[in-house]
Amino acid sequence: MGSILLISQTALELGFQYALVAMALFLSYRILDIADLTTDGSFVLGAAVSVTVTAAGHPVLAIPAAMLAGACAGFVTAFLQTRMGVPSILAGIITNTGLYTVNLMAMGWKSSASLMKKDTVFSLAKGLFGGASFWVQWHELILSAAVTILAGVLLYLFLGTRLGLSIRATGDNRDMVRASSVNPTFTITVGLCMANALTGLSGAVVGQYQRTVDMGSGTGIVVIGLACLIIGETVVGRRGMGRGVIAVMVGSVIYRFIYAIVFYTKVVPVDCLKLLTAAVVALAIAAPTIKAGAGFHKRKLAALRKGDR
Amino acid sequence: MLRIDNISKTFNPGTVNEKTALDRLSLHLAPGDFATIIGSNGAGKSTLLNAVAGSFFVDSGSITLGGEDVTFTPNHRRSRVIGRLFQDPLRGTAPSLTIEENLALAYLRSSEGTAPLSRIRKKDKEFFAEQLKLLGMGLEDRMRQPVGLLSGGQRQALTLLMATLVTPRLLLLDEHTAALDPATAEKVLELTRAIVAEHHITCLMVTHNMRQALDLGSRTLMMADGRIVLDVSGQERAGMTVDDLLRRFKKDTGHDLDNDRILLSD
Repeated sequence: MGSILLISQTALELGFQYALVAMALFLSYRILDIADLTTDGSFVLGAAVSVTVTAAGHPVLAIPAAMLAGACAGFVTAFLQTRMGVPSILAGIITNTGLYTVNLMAMGWKSSASLMKKDTVFSLAKGLFGGASFWVQWHELILSAAVTILAGVLLYLFLGTRLGLSIRATGDNRDMVRASSVNPTFTITVGLCMANALTGLSGAVVGQYQRTVDMGSGTGIVVIGLACLIIGETVVGRRGMGRGVIAVMVGSVIYRFIYAIVFYTKVVPVDCLKLLTAAVVALAIAAPTIKAGAGFHKRKLAALRKGDR
Repeated sequence: MLRIDNISKTFNPGTVNEKTALDRLSLHLAPGDFATIIGSNGAGKSTLLNAVAGSFFVDSGSITLGGEDVTFTPNHRRSRVIGRLFQDPLRGTAPSLTIEENLALAYLRSSEGTAPLSRIRKKDKEFFAEQLKLLGMGLEDRMRQPVGLLSGGQRQALTLLMATLVTPRLLLLDEHTAALDPATAEKVLELTRAIVAEHHITCLMVTHNMRQALDLGSRTLMMADGRIVLDVSGQERAGMTVDDLLRRFKKDTGHDLDNDRILLSD
């Protein structure tokens, strides 16, 4: 019983921490309609900056530093696609490739870095409230949830502002954005910087939580984020910005629970989970096309059968 | 208000597809002028509107708007003072945003209330509702619905409102009623006439309907091969029939007006 509680607690913690990546994809993929492949690299970048700055003794400063680093990565991708005419997917891949070196650099030219006994935001928070036992047990979850919910509320409020509206319209109808005297180059740049800042924040929190970062920790995170987004939207629904922000959190927590169940029951080998996730995401995104195709074939068959008679 | 001097634009220069769409074209619109443009397929009507709106930069010549040289001004900046409607009613609005949010974006062109992090105020909403009421389509009761749920005619009327919410120096209409059913087209045209008259907006309208070209506005321009070949206004225009117009076109250009859409329309 105790172990189930522990497993659930870990799943919730990771769910909230990784929900920030799904939130970033909600902004870039769902709202701006750009598949931002910078995500894998900026997650590691956020984690690397966070761990390095924390190791230097500044765990709190590490969080905004990681977000800023993520925003810079987003800016490079946005610059390539809006100013240099690089196709958006390629722009992300190019930045991501470049980030590999930057990330190594941020970890001091090693492929991983860890924190050992250094203070993190979690260990600092643990000492609050006089070390009450409830708090000691739950502080990691509460802190992770608080960070993610705060980011979600701020994102929701931002999307209701004039700049937020312009960003939402950019993914919808760029002509219309131009007609409102707003430059889509600007809105895409702001959107991608914000999305990658969120991804960087996720990396920063995960890095301090796990007290370690390695080069492989970002691999496939963009697809996992999309899976969370899709799971969440299936459960919560898609209409409205508020619902979208809640959906990414719900989706991410569900994903981590599925992960935990697979991990402990071994219904499928854990190593297969990425393949499974990829298949789920591909199927979910392909669903409208598959549905339309099936409908067409049904009609064609019906018409053929009628013709026989 | 609008002064176009000798603008030229050639697409795909140096290839087999080279096309001179605008050829040393000049045009001057006084404040409050409402000119309709008619012409053959490929005469350069839409290209002229694109040049004025800044969808591309012209190869030579200059464009001045309200005394300000905008020849090298990018289109999103020009749109501060230029309103524009396209034939496709879907092009002017963002479908997943609500009516209210679309209007708020259009309102960004005004000088006040444009701080990027400001939200739509209650005062703005009341103003939007008031304006929507003037369309007579009941949209003021649906302000929180996504625009994607509206019909083409409603979306075009909304686009018209958005383009004129902040009175523009110039309104560009590119066959903006051509894709609508006749009754809706008539309604949108009536709204256009009323709004343009109320705010004395200088207006340039492309149409394929000869009767419309003579009925609406104060001036009729005919284009052929990237130039304006006919420019009638005042007395001469008042007495003109569609047949007169066609005859004048043939006399001035040496060939018949060739536009399948014109010949098929009433």
